[in-house]
Amino acid sequence: MLAYILRRLWQMLPTMAGVVLLVFILFNWIGGDPAYLLAGKMSDAAEIENIRRQLGTDQPMHVQLWIFVKQIVTFDFGNAWSTGEPVSRIIASRLGPSLTVLIPLTVLETVIGIALALAVAFVRGSLTDRAVMIACTVGMSVSILVYIIAFQYGLAYKMGLFPVQGWGTGLGENLLRYAALPVLIGLAVSIAPTLRLYRSFVLDEVHQDYVRTARAKGLSERRIMWVHVLRNAAIPIITHVMANLPALLIGAFLLERFFGIPGIGREVILAVERSDFPVIKAITVYVAAATMVFNLLADLLYKAVDPRVQLA
Amino acid sequence: MMADARAGLWTLALRRLRADRVAMVSLAVVALFLAMLALSVMGVIGAGWEEEVAVTYAPPSFIGPDAVTQQGAGVARTAPPPNGFDPLAGDIAAIIEAQGAAITAPPPARLATLAFGADKWGHDVLLKTIKGGETSIVVGLAAALLAVFLGTLFGALSGYFGGVVDDLFNWFYSVFTSIPSILMILAVAAVLQHKGVSTIVLILGLTGWTGPYRLIRAEYMKHKGREYVMAADAIGASHWRKMFSHIFPNISHVALVQLSILAVGFIKAEVILSFLGFGVPVGVVSWGSMLNEAQNELILGKWWQLTAAATAMALLVTAFSLFTDALRDALDPKLK
Repeated sequence: MLAYILRRLWQMLPTMAGVVLLVFILFNWIGGDPAYLLAGKMSDAAEIENIRRQLGTDQPMHVQLWIFVKQIVTFDFGNAWSTGEPVSRIIASRLGPSLTVLIPLTVLETVIGIALALAVAFVRGSLTDRAVMIACTVGMSVSILVYIIAFQYGLAYKMGLFPVQGWGTGLGENLLRYAALPVLIGLAVSIAPTLRLYRSFVLDEVHQDYVRTARAKGLSERRIMWVHVLRNAAIPIITHVMANLPALLIGAFLLERFFGIPGIGREVILAVERSDFPVIKAITVYVAAATMVFNLLADLLYKAVDPRVQLA
Repeated sequence: MMADARAGLWTLALRRLRADRVAMVSLAVVALFLAMLALSVMGVIGAGWEEEVAVTYAPPSFIGPDAVTQQGAGVARTAPPPNGFDPLAGDIAAIIEAQGAAITAPPPARLATLAFGADKWGHDVLLKTIKGGETSIVVGLAAALLAVFLGTLFGALSGYFGGVVDDLFNWFYSVFTSIPSILMILAVAAVLQHKGVSTIVLILGLTGWTGPYRLIRAEYMKHKGREYVMAADAIGASHWRKMFSHIFPNISHVALVQLSILAVGFIKAEVILSFLGFGVPVGVVSWGSMLNEAQNELILGKWWQLTAAATAMALLVTAFSLFTDALRDALDPKLK
């Protein structure tokens, strides 16, 4: 097991190197000279030169790349251009609010998705099944923007069931009061694609021989679905949940922006609006690293769920 | 049965597609949108969307003009004081009124209602939705074409040659896929300072090639060892010829399905990018920019612009998705 983990971590190095190189080329080479962005319109040559020296952009490219690698390893990306706040502190402080929305969203989405997928797969081919699938397609076609605008207007502004936007200080207050509507909207948007996907995972299993054997033994349909089928469909479901986690962090950016939640996603949008390259660079590199780690965790979880899986 | 044995992949697929009622209805809706797009590009419809044709926030015609207070309607028009006007002389109000009455030009004819209502500037929301659809659909299709072109090219090279070429493209693929696409899109948007329709096409196309790449690569790996490719090799066909004249027609259905899947995704992505202000420039209307405006209007109770843009988009995307599902099933009946 340990040898497997070490080998996988070793294999991540070239990919990580590629991510670093891609981000570096994007922001240091294509992105233009940040000195002009920082100095603004009323700048003279001396000022520009001074900023370049401070940022290290007057150095040759390989030295700049080395500086960037050092920044990643030491978790020190310097200060944000727009606010002067250290980038590492920005990321650390924005992670909490993002997770307050994302953890309940992921848990609820997975539980509801699995329950509905088993139910729909149980009545596969029926009118209910077809109607649910068409409803899912229609639900997926409505833009997340429309869900947000309509729910925020209807449930929060008109009916006053939730705060229109804002963020508190205590975890309980945030979780129950401010995160409730964003989680609800997130569910409304994500449940349709999740249900479609999980249904296909479940359907792959219900035609297997072991299901027929279980039926022949006289097991109840409920037991077959919840114990036997679910256990085997769990592998692709785990992959999907784990693979989606880092993307979710950013995927909730619209929710964070609309509801004024000070999370990572909102920070990325603000950084793009302000051309604050250090913040975007740092978040991109760390989210890519998180994606790779979560993929590894997914593989390790396979083993826990299904002992037949060989980690080679 | 004999006819079936001789019928090719496309003929069979077309036959299956025709038998699918949902697919045909979806196709009709997509065709309707594409016809609207063509007419809009030619300037036949939607051209005058920037004209002020109605009162501010004119409601949709089925509600009627009385439902909403008409701002600006019925306000008396008075002329500005002429040059050299002496403010101390006589009865100013009477003079201004007399001069106002002397102006004979009628106020521009502005409608109190329109079929889909009007926005803040009195633009016709129906025309705006058509014009906005043009931008969104063009961006979605062009970006999908670019992404599928890149994915097919990389996938063909990678799957056909294998070895070092495959390793290199695979490395490239894993680098791109380890960054969530929306973050990648925002990062590229931050770097490319120039805003414009071509920029969004570039951003979406350059970040969306990974899906087609994976599938096309697998198809090329499968096909390169088949007899017909060996036969082509025996008569001295070049690598390029084998890849694109011989193998590609046999796997083009994968590219086609990917094209329609990506087009749907990119239409949705364009709307979000435009909404956030990273998309189309000021002065160009898209469904995303309409939703952006409509967000503030909703608080004033003016819901029609939001409804028009959202409904048009949902209709197109639903039809496109249902058609893509049917197309995939028709081309590969083994898939469920």
